[in-house]
Formats: sequence, structure tokens, C-alpha cells
Amino acid sequence: MDKIKKITKMKLFLPIFSMILVMMINVVYDIATGNAPLSFFSISINNGILYGRLIDVLNRGSEVAILAIGMTLVVSASAGTDISVGSVMSLSGGLCCMLLAGYGVTNVDQYNVPLWVGMLAGVAIACVCGLFNGFLVAYMNIQPMVATLILWSAGRAIGLLLCNSNIVYVRVPSFQFFGAYCGIIPTPIIIAAVCVAIASIVLKTTALGTYIQSVGINKKASRISGFNSAKIILLCYVICGLCAGISGLVATCRIYSADTNNIGLNMELDAILAVALGGNSLGGGKFNLAGSIIGAYTIQAITTTLYALGVSSAQAPVFKAIVVILIVVIQSQPVKDYFKKLSSKKAAAKEAVQA
Amino acid sequence: MKKKLALLLVAAMTVSSLVACGNSEAPAEEAAAPAEEAPAEEEAAPAEEAPAEEEAAPAADGEVVTVGFAQVGHESDWRAANTKNYQDTFSAENGYELSFVDCDNDHAVQIETVRGFIEQELDYICIAPIQSAGWDTVLQEAQDAGIPVLIVDRAVDAADTLYTTALGCDMVAEGEAAGNWLAEYLDGADANILVIEGSVGASATLGRTEGFNNIVAQNSNWKVLDSQSGDFTQAGGQEVMESFIKTYGAGNFNVVVCQNDNEAYGAMDAMDAAGITYGVDGDVQIISFDATHDGLQYTLDGKITCNVECNPLQAGFAEEVIKKLEAGEEVDKWTLVEDQAFVAPGIESQYAVTMSQEVLDGRAY
Repeated sequence: MDKIKKITKMKLFLPIFSMILVMMINVVYDIATGNAPLSFFSISINNGILYGRLIDVLNRGSEVAILAIGMTLVVSASAGTDISVGSVMSLSGGLCCMLLAGYGVTNVDQYNVPLWVGMLAGVAIACVCGLFNGFLVAYMNIQPMVATLILWSAGRAIGLLLCNSNIVYVRVPSFQFFGAYCGIIPTPIIIAAVCVAIASIVLKTTALGTYIQSVGINKKASRISGFNSAKIILLCYVICGLCAGISGLVATCRIYSADTNNIGLNMELDAILAVALGGNSLGGGKFNLAGSIIGAYTIQAITTTLYALGVSSAQAPVFKAIVVILIVVIQSQPVKDYFKKLSSKKAAAKEAVQA
Repeated sequence: MKKKLALLLVAAMTVSSLVACGNSEAPAEEAAAPAEEAPAEEEAAPAEEAPAEEEAAPAADGEVVTVGFAQVGHESDWRAANTKNYQDTFSAENGYELSFVDCDNDHAVQIETVRGFIEQELDYICIAPIQSAGWDTVLQEAQDAGIPVLIVDRAVDAADTLYTTALGCDMVAEGEAAGNWLAEYLDGADANILVIEGSVGASATLGRTEGFNNIVAQNSNWKVLDSQSGDFTQAGGQEVMESFIKTYGAGNFNVVVCQNDNEAYGAMDAMDAAGITYGVDGDVQIISFDATHDGLQYTLDGKITCNVECNPLQAGFAEEVIKKLEAGEEVDKWTLVEDQAFVAPGIESQYAVTMSQEVLDGRAY
């Protein structure tokens, strides 16, 4: 009993519980249709690569997971969201492909400039976007949503300009590698894992996490205590931009082309949702990075589940909404309080019986 | 003092009225000028008769025909070819003045654009609707202003009394063309079909699905296993196909229908990763729509077995309608732009053109 209590009191219990709940839908469905009950979780090696729905969730969820890292920090430090990340993804992919293919060219099978130049430029432009957002929020005191609204609309447009309004294909295996497979593992999974690892190591080994949280809880008090609040907020936005850049390149390499109209479309909303599903308050302050990452994969698990269930595309958004509402309600304070009350009542009853 | 002020006022009024007169005179002069010039040129240089006559043609009608075109956006090569075709057809040399607005896939922007066209009192308005719904008010405004409206490429959900004419491909016919070809190709064999649809609610999605399903209904040994949206994108096609492969397993389906080329590329990537062979020599036949340059290259390579196109070169049809209206003739409510199907080399079909390098090189886009 105590053990269970310990587990349910853990910070990550609810996010993980929600994710398992989503996956359980598949088990119920498989049993109902007479498939092997755990077919959703089965992983095999097929055609020399890892194969299974769980792999799909991890693979397809990579972009949102990377975005969630940056978004978590931004939400924590500035009590606002960066809604430009989807557009920035598209811009970073667009610039990268434009450099690799050359301006105005739509289809190449060899690089115009070395691969690293294109990739670096893509990530760099995303960092510049982060810097711009951060400057507006931290030094101009513009509300985050308004400040990032600028690049939300302009980022994708600049990407389209760079690509001359075309889909630019870079059909080179070393470019496709970053969206395909590294040995038997999908490369995006590895990239996401590395990003998450670096972020958590930096947050654990340095005081950055504490600084960010203290700025988020009270900007003025932090400044008086000696933190440079504005600089910390700026840094968070740059990191968020960096994450968007990396995520954009992953999405671009996946389809070996800069589809600037569609890359990262509406992904800023998924990233924000991931932060919320991870049990983080969008009001800033304390954050839980692991929760956000789990939230990101939960969103992908919902999408993959809907595909697996064969829910028609027209109805899928409704099912997605229902699942999201359930998860958010489970994590809400009144529900938490209710369960606490219930368990304390049980304990009281037990004591009464023993006495 | 008062006298001085009055004098100043009178002076100002005189000047302003003079300016106003000048303004109203200017267009009349401009309009008259080409009409006078054209015959003079004809006399002076008889060798250049043909171009001079062409220039004279619009002038004879009075003035340049102004056409507004509210285009969807620039989301694909197809759209780019479509835009260029309009810009080339409604050029100044042909006696038109085209106000082209790229609405960037934003419905609200498009409505405002059309309102702008009405305010500018253009002669004709072409709309390629982003959404089919929500057009009644603005179409009514155009009608009240007496401006003929041509609904091009896509359809609107509005009473056909609100616009002059509609022209475009029939998406249902495209779906049927794909189905008819498949029936001919399979020649009675069973078909287990997976469909990757376009964006939910898009008229291309609805029409292509309906048309293809019409033919499926005629063949009792065909079965549509599943149908999911890939949002007309490569990433979407890839993700949906990955899931299909896991749900149904390799070898349990032999036809994949993708409702545009980008989805087909994604589906091919997913099948490559899963080790499923496709194309003319493979286990799975891919049917795609749009027939973009890259898509047809895949058809030529035998990877996409059949590719059905909606012809983007539609401006000629629109111009014909406008010419008829200029001449005061009645026009039909619906003009069909004929589509075409292409099949991989080695396949002969009564419904489709067999692909070759010459066919690919001869394409406009």
C-alpha cells in the first residue's frame, strides 16, 4: 500500500499514467477484434530495421519531443509560449535545402555546398529567430504570444521566399540519413535522445534550471537577488529556437525536401500541449522536463493509435480532443484533491475498524 | 482681412476645379489614343499588319479588359503552372490587365481580395476557391455590382445563380478514370486496396474518393481495406502507409491509391523501408493523381503505375468564356477541363497515355 502511494505521489506518475492509458486503448481494441492483445507493443526486426508501432511512436514523436525541450524552458521563464516554432522549423529546413540545392533549383542529387554548411545555416537561422523573439520578450517587454506571432506568420513566408515557393528536393543519401535509419534504429529517435540527454545534463549539472525557475516564479525578485532576468529569458528563447531548428531539419531530412508549406504546420500547438500534458503549468515557474517529453510522445501515441484503430480522418480530431480532455482533467487539481480525499477516507475507515 | 480670405478661397476653388477637370479628361484621352494610333501604324508599316491588328482588337472594344484572379496560393508545382498559365494568357499583349493575388491558402484573405476586385470595378473576377463554403455574401456583392464571376479550378457551395460560370476538372471523373484503368489492368483479378486520401473536406479528396468508389462498387472482388488522410503531403503519406503496413501486413494488399503525387512519394518511402516491392514489376501497384513532373518521372520509371492528372492549363478555357461574354453570348454554367491519365511504359490502355520520355519532355510543367 505504501509503495503504491509512493509511486502515485511521484511527479511523473500522472503523465506516465496518461500515456499508458492511451496505449491501453490499443490493447482493448486488439482483444475486441481478436488480434494478439499486445500487438501494439511488439517490436521486431523487419527488412533490417526495427519495426513496430512503439517504434513509430518514438520515431514520429521526435520532432515534437525536441520542440518540447525548448518550449518547456520558455514557458517556465517567461510564463508565455513561443508560437513561432512551427514556422521556424519550416524556415530552417527551407534555408538548409536552398543552400544545399542552390537558389531556384528544385531537384538535386548532389550538394551545392557541403552538408554541414547547410545544416549549420539552418540551425543558425533558427537561433537568430530565437534571439529575435527573446529580445522582444525580455528587453522590449512584449507579451510572448504577441512577440512570437511575428515570426509565426513571417517565418514560413521567408522560407517560401528562400525556396522560390517550390518544394526543394535534395536526393542525397547522406542527407536522407538524418530522417531515415542509422543501423536498425530510426535516426530521428537518436537525435531526439541526444537532445534530451544534453538538455537534462545541462539542467542537472548547472544552476541554469534553478535560475530559469526563479525568474519564472518572480522576475523582479530574481533580478533583485542578482540574476540577470532578461538575459535568462533571452537564453531560453534562443534554446527554443535552436530546438526548432534541429526539429525542422529532422522533418526536412525525413522527406529529403523542404516542403515549406507543410513542415511544422501547427506543430507549435503540439509542443505547447506536450508541455501541458507533462503536468507543467503554462503560468511559468517550476517545470518538469521529463514530463514534457512524455507529453510529446503521448500526443504521438494518440495519433498512432488513431491510425491503428482505423478511425476515419474526418473523425480523428474529435477522438484526439476527447483523449486530450480526459488527460487534462485527470491531471487537474480538483480531481487530484478528490482522490486524495477518497484515500484519506479509506485510511480513516481502516483505522476505525482496527480500533 | 476677410476680403483676402475670400479671394484665397476663390483661388483655391478655381485651382481645384481645374485639377479635377484635368483628371476626368485624362482617361478619355488615353482610351482614344490607341484607337487612333493603330490604323496609323497599319498604313505606315503594312508588313506588321498582324500584330498591329491584335493590338487594335481590344482597343476596338473600347478599352483593356481587366480581370481579377484570386489564386489559392503557391502550394505545389501544379499551382505554379496554373498561375503562370493565367499570367501568360491574360497578358497585356493579349489585351488584358490581370490583377493577380496569391491568397496563400487563407480563406479570409481571399474573400477580402474579391471584395477589393469589386471595389476596383474590374470587368471579370476569377476565383479559385480555397474553401468551398462561405461564399454566398461576397458572390452576392459581385452580382449586385454587375461583375461576372468565374469560379475556376475548384468548386463552391453556393447557388449557381450567384456566379456566371464554373470551370475546372471533374474530380469525380478523375477518380473514375483511375478505377476504370485499374479494372482494365487487373482484368478480373482480386484487388485489396488501400487509399491515402487528401486533406479532409477538400473537393479533390471528396471527388476522387467518390469517383474511385463508384468503380469499386462495380467490381465485387475489389475491397477497400482502409482509407486515411495523408493531408496531401509526403510526410503524411509516409506516416499513413507505415501504419497501413503494420495493420494489414505485407502481401495482404496489392493496390495503393494516393490522392496526390506527394503522398505517393511518402508511401513509396514507407514501402521501401518495409521491404515491399511496388511498381509495374512489384507486388503493389500505385495509383496517383496530379501527374506533376516528378510524379510522371516515377511513372516513366515504372514505380507509379498509373498517374491521373487534372490539367493546370485552364486559362484558355477561362479566356474563351470571357470572350463569349464580351461578345454578349450566353455561356454554360459549367465548362469541363479535360483530364488525362498516364501509365507506365509497357502498359497499353484505352483510358490512358503510355508514358515515354517524349511525353515527359513535352509537358508544360
